[in-house]
Amino acid sequence: MNGIIDLGVWQVAAAYIFVLIVLAIVKARKIGKEKEIILSSIRMTLQLILAGYLLMLVIENPNPWITLGVIALMEVFAIMTIINKFKKKLSGSMKKVIALSMSAGTIAPLLFFLFVVVQIEPWYAPQYFIPIAGMLVGNSMTGISLGVKTLIEGMTTQKALVEEALILGATPKSATKHIIDSTFDAAIMPTINSMIGMGIVFLPGMMTGQILSGISPITAIAYQIAIMLGILGAVALSTILMLHLGYRTFFNREAQLV
Amino acid sequence: MNEPLFKLDDVRVHDFLYIPYLVLEPIKTTTLVGESGGGKTTILRLLNKMSSPTQGTVYYQGTDLKTIDPVTHRRNVVMLSQSPVVFDGTIRENLLVGIRFQEKPIPSDEQLRLSLAQVSLKKSLDGPTKTLSGGEKQRLSLARILLLDPPVFLLDEPSSALDDITGEMIIQMLISCVRDRKKTIIMVTHSRKLAETYSDEVIGISNGKRGNQ
Repeated sequence: MNGIIDLGVWQVAAAYIFVLIVLAIVKARKIGKEKEIILSSIRMTLQLILAGYLLMLVIENPNPWITLGVIALMEVFAIMTIINKFKKKLSGSMKKVIALSMSAGTIAPLLFFLFVVVQIEPWYAPQYFIPIAGMLVGNSMTGISLGVKTLIEGMTTQKALVEEALILGATPKSATKHIIDSTFDAAIMPTINSMIGMGIVFLPGMMTGQILSGISPITAIAYQIAIMLGILGAVALSTILMLHLGYRTFFNREAQLV
Repeated sequence: MNEPLFKLDDVRVHDFLYIPYLVLEPIKTTTLVGESGGGKTTILRLLNKMSSPTQGTVYYQGTDLKTIDPVTHRRNVVMLSQSPVVFDGTIRENLLVGIRFQEKPIPSDEQLRLSLAQVSLKKSLDGPTKTLSGGEKQRLSLARILLLDPPVFLLDEPSSALDDITGEMIIQMLISCVRDRKKTIIMVTHSRKLAETYSDEVIGISNGKRGNQ
């Protein structure tokens, strides 16, 4: 199982042939996306090279402050990505809700996963902490983004129903229950779908990576199962937090729509 | 001396409504009349706490409305919106929606059918709501708030989607039924005839101001 093939510069460079093929097709069909394809390929390459060297540095010099700093950076980046995606559609209080639910909703499952499930030593071991945090934060970011989008759409298109419910004596919570339920479904659906297809339709990235690096598929599967459950927990927790706090931002103290 | 049901004191809503003083008495049918866009709906929304004044005070039974919980207040002072809103689902579900929001005991099918009969809506409880006409939706909304049986009914143009004869019949039924139960109706209508025939008091509202009675 050992004897991993190290990829040399020329071998990686050969993989760029895929980009050239795509560019040729796009050009021939006059789709006009050449610039985006070239830019995104370059961006991906540079970002990964940078991340690779940074990770190497961090893993070779384990330090609790650096580990915590990287996690904090990840959280800030994820929060800013969501907020920038919706720009003017978000109220100030909704932005705070996103920041709170994103950080609390991922840190709690992350700590549980690292300290109770994997039981890492030392507690700040960056080779566990950073990639696992990356997976939880990344998936929660997608979940919260989908959730915020569905929540805003629901509150806009169903404004009349929410208003009528309030008029009939509903609390803001019960007036928005149907929107919140469908938003939770929408946010958690990608995670549920990927769990359903896992191992049959596709082999997940983390597991593939571990197998490629010579780890027994059984160990890789054990990690994959655990991380998938961790992801499910983080996505569900952060989305529930966002919804639980987020629906209130659409109402004022007098239970009126703002 | 008994407190009035509502008292509006120096109430302003931005630039479009100013009421220096207005008193609405309990266990009466009071009608607000006036041209459209004159602020009548805004007054009902103030009374139901769906809107808040930007200046002045609204009192309910002598208490500043600001200090009353909005949800509790809306359960006592139920409003019928001008454009009826129908929720997804059957007629039964629509009749029960307010009861569920207010966490009240679910009435029997017999009571639900009676409420449909009160508004002359001859439909099955399991029937769909998508095929209802505008007038039928308005009557369904009326039946829905009659079932809630609150002490105060705020009715915003309750007959706007109905023809004159049906409209008058429904208003007549509504008022007699609510009077029997010693409730208050505060109604907005553009029809002076309906207002004068069925109200204990008529208040004119013009250009966002209280006018003659």
